[in-house]
Amino acid sequence: MTKLETLQSELVNLFDDNTDVLTSNDSDWIRQQRKNALEDFKRLGIPTKKNEAYKYTNLEQYLTGSEYDYELAPLTYEANLDDIFHCDIPELATQIALVLNGFYYKHNRPVDLPQGVILCGLAEATQKYPELVAKHYGKYANTSTNSLAALSSMFAQDGIFLYVPKNVVIETPIQIINVGYSFKNLRVNRRNLIIAEDNAQVSVLFCDHTLCARSFITNSLTEIYTGNNAQVDFTRMQNENSNSSQISNTFIHQEANSTFTSNTLSLHGGLIRNNIYAKLDGEGATNNTYSLFLADGEQHMSTYTNVHHAKPHCFSDQLVKGVLDEKATGAFNGKIYVDVDAVKTEAFQRNNNILLTPTAKMNTKPQLVIYNDDVKCSHGATVGQLDENALFYIRSRGIGYNEAQHLLMYAFANEVVGKIKLEALRERIIDMVDRRLRGELGTCENCNLGQHN
Amino acid sequence: MLKINNLHASIEGKEILKGISLEVKPGEVHAIMGPNGSGKSTLASVLAGRDLFDVTEGTVEFLDQDLLDMAPEDRARSGLFLGFQYPVEIPGVSMVNFMKTAVNEHRKHNNLDPLSASDFLKLMREKKEVVDITSNLTNRSVNEGFSGGEKKRNEIFQMAMLDPKMAILDETDSGLDIDALKIVAHGVNKLRTKENATIIITHYQRLLEYIVPDFVHILYKGKIVKSSGKELALELEEKGYDWIKEQ
Ligand SMILES: Nc1ncnc2c1ncn2[C@@H]1O[C@H](COP(=O)(O)OP(=O)(O)OP(=O)(O)O)[C@@H](O)[C@H]1O
Ligand SMILES: [Mg+2]
Repeated sequence: MTKLETLQSELVNLFDDNTDVLTSNDSDWIRQQRKNALEDFKRLGIPTKKNEAYKYTNLEQYLTGSEYDYELAPLTYEANLDDIFHCDIPELATQIALVLNGFYYKHNRPVDLPQGVILCGLAEATQKYPELVAKHYGKYANTSTNSLAALSSMFAQDGIFLYVPKNVVIETPIQIINVGYSFKNLRVNRRNLIIAEDNAQVSVLFCDHTLCARSFITNSLTEIYTGNNAQVDFTRMQNENSNSSQISNTFIHQEANSTFTSNTLSLHGGLIRNNIYAKLDGEGATNNTYSLFLADGEQHMSTYTNVHHAKPHCFSDQLVKGVLDEKATGAFNGKIYVDVDAVKTEAFQRNNNILLTPTAKMNTKPQLVIYNDDVKCSHGATVGQLDENALFYIRSRGIGYNEAQHLLMYAFANEVVGKIKLEALRERIIDMVDRRLRGELGTCENCNLGQHN
Repeated sequence: MLKINNLHASIEGKEILKGISLEVKPGEVHAIMGPNGSGKSTLASVLAGRDLFDVTEGTVEFLDQDLLDMAPEDRARSGLFLGFQYPVEIPGVSMVNFMKTAVNEHRKHNNLDPLSASDFLKLMREKKEVVDITSNLTNRSVNEGFSGGEKKRNEIFQMAMLDPKMAILDETDSGLDIDALKIVAHGVNKLRTKENATIIITHYQRLLEYIVPDFVHILYKGKIVKSSGKELALELEEKGYDWIKEQ
């Protein structure tokens, strides 16, 4: 058996041994979904480098080799939220909820949201709002071809649930802090469900942090439903320690004339793998998938996208940019998939990467799969160094080498970060990216969560 | 202020500058002319510190410092300015941010505090007038999408902002319409003082009507083959380079 096969069977055993606990709060249909996911996981196994989408992402290296604990129930870690978390950014008022090791934190501060909006733990939601949850849970995530999504479906017991009813516009961004905190290495699964009904508008910010130097393997699954004419902005900031691995699986479903924009900013982490699936399933939908990753040391960051145009007259734009320093490696595997009926599709995809050292490596594979002629599509990728002519030009004005390099990297990164719509959020993230590029990023300014040790 | 002595430089083993000597004193304007490919831009680049070229022989002193031993940014901070023949486009870096960083680096070098935001904007406004540059150019990314003439004006604008002791202007006149040429020349003249010196690289006598040089040098195949007063430019205009080649 290979190491990954061993891990697979360990995880299957872990599930079998603990099925009772894992499913104790489940309604029948969720229990059934877990079982289906288990079968998918058994059949698919953990992706090896033979898998096209993981050709350049060696999971074995990151997922095996150490012992990990698994929390079957929320850690009885008692602390005041205010003691561990101070993210009171004056310019950026957000409604905050903490998710600790995959479980909705029970001492979250009360949130102030418009009538009808629900923000709570997913486990709580399945109890309190079973019909609402059942309508969407598991409807967009495809576990039959994605074994890591299947794995998450088997184990995840909690995460966040956000419901924005029809016609409700939430002005204040909702900030979800996903924290890893443990005395032992820990495996974390979490599951999120975000529902924006017709004409709803919401901006959600995920901040993924590790609070200690322990190694975490996080495998998350997020389903997002964007109703007719709804607008969802989804910003995700990943800032974890170098011992930790994070795999995120995000499934977006879009109805007619909806607009979904994601900005994924991978600032730090041992392994970061983001799988983003978007299905444009109503006419006139717009999807923007933007991503920036900054990797150094021996970090590996990789992005997989699958933007599926299922209906006519939809627009999608993908922009993934990476800066790789030292011995970092990266991969991009992106797909635009246009159905036969999806006429008048406009779909674009671009991946640009900068290697700062000869030892950094990037593999990129943009792909178009188009089943009709009446489309406007383009894709492209570049891997290069900083422009020597530009560097010299800047230095010739009296700006030092490091600062010149910084200006160019900042400009490169800013193309992605500049697309964040909310100004206060954009400014703040620009500031974080700036400090990350200067190698100064340890903490999120006013928040003592993201400390790397 | 600038003493070039027997300067040789090559690229990929090919010698481009083959022993150049030139002295520029404060207050002087020198023009360097010469056919395409003779090494004018190479000389300018070597002086500004482009490491693409290897200096194989010779020395350059600038304000009593060993220029060749300095990083490009240190040369600039000491008061050397190069107006590029081909200014580089830098998408995503705003002119404002670029200039603010540059000005403050110069100030730091002179032990001055960084300019406040309002003082900086005031300085920008002042210097923009010198070259009659419109404000929307400074709101854009450095040179990105600028027309040929706009790029050249932008070089003079940067020169005005940085107030160098010695400016090397590499074909700042090419690509300029006659009005722009006057504006640029006017800008250069305005910045001219008894302490400053300028080297103008040009193909045309026309610019020298507006910026009157003290000396004209002809660079040919990596060597200065002739140096004289401003009348040399006229002679060149009349006779072309064949006259030089024949000698
Ligand atoms: N990066 C380079 N690589 C190879 N050769 C170069 C490079 N830069 C310049 N050269 C060569 O050096 C010689 C001098 O070029 P340079 O640009 O200095 O000429 P110039 O006098 O400025 O010409 P022009 O009047 O056309 O601007 C040319 O033969 C040119 O091809
Ligand atoms: Mg030239």
